[in-house]
Amino acid sequence: MNNDKLIIGGHEFNSRFILGSGKYSLKLIEAAVKDAGAEIITLAVRRANTKEQENILDYIPKGVTLLPNTSGARDAKEAVRIARLAREMGCGNFVKVEIMRDMKYLLPDNQETIKATEILAGEGFVVMPYMYPDLNVARDLVSAGAAAVMPLASPIGSNKGLATKDFIQILVDEIDLPIIVDAGIGKPSQACEAMEMGAAAIMANTALATAGDLPMMASAFRQGIEAGRKAYLAGLGRVLTRGASASDPLTGFLRD
Amino acid sequence: MVKINGENLDIAGRTLFEYLLDAGYDTGRIAVEKNGDIVPKAAYEKTVFADGDIVEVVSFVGGG
Repeated sequence: MNNDKLIIGGHEFNSRFILGSGKYSLKLIEAAVKDAGAEIITLAVRRANTKEQENILDYIPKGVTLLPNTSGARDAKEAVRIARLAREMGCGNFVKVEIMRDMKYLLPDNQETIKATEILAGEGFVVMPYMYPDLNVARDLVSAGAAAVMPLASPIGSNKGLATKDFIQILVDEIDLPIIVDAGIGKPSQACEAMEMGAAAIMANTALATAGDLPMMASAFRQGIEAGRKAYLAGLGRVLTRGASASDPLTGFLRD
Repeated sequence: MVKINGENLDIAGRTLFEYLLDAGYDTGRIAVEKNGDIVPKAAYEKTVFADGDIVEVVSFVGGG
């Protein structure tokens, strides 16, 4: 297990839990990162506010890789602008491309996401596109230079779990990049299930932010993700289509 | 007029660096875009606002 690294754009990670930083107190970030064992944390880019002197960067432990997202972008052009601004802040070249036109379900625009991925990969970014799980789009993202593919499990912030399970499985089976399940994972059992399926990592935010005890839930997710990963590597036992198979020796006993 | 983060300001002729300092931004924690192009930190002092410039000053916040 010690050699089981997650590799994204040539960078190695031991943790397979990507932590969001939205919708909770900055003061909880350090505990969340620690209890999640996270090595990557997502951030958003917004108009700066001079009134609030607190900056999220002061709350993120050193050594954690920052993954700015392009939330708020409605098309590829806006996503590219946001990514460039994020990189200009001098915190690395990772970017999670996130483009939405639909404000009710917050579903990603796959076509614009492919365009933005191609431009940003060409500019040297490590591009991690958030997408609706579609095999053809995932293949286009690979061609466009993505470093990972991030299919949604269910709508952002819904905590509804693996609604797109079968389609994520297709990506895991067919795409030769880390498949990181993003959005909608609501509990550790769902994270564990995605990892058992062969997902490379899990990204979660709302499941933690809306939990009763955020750091404790971060720890529970960590254990779920680690268990699922181990089960995947071990290889799951087969499922019978019908009948039964005894676990005990079938030799006669207490009878003639 | 110069439009900064959606607000019209009468600061044409002044430099970006002066504006950021006066407004109270932590220049180490922001990024600036002028008319759609990134302004590198090294260029803040020599960037002079012209009438009609559109400027965005951004920083990181919590997000998924």
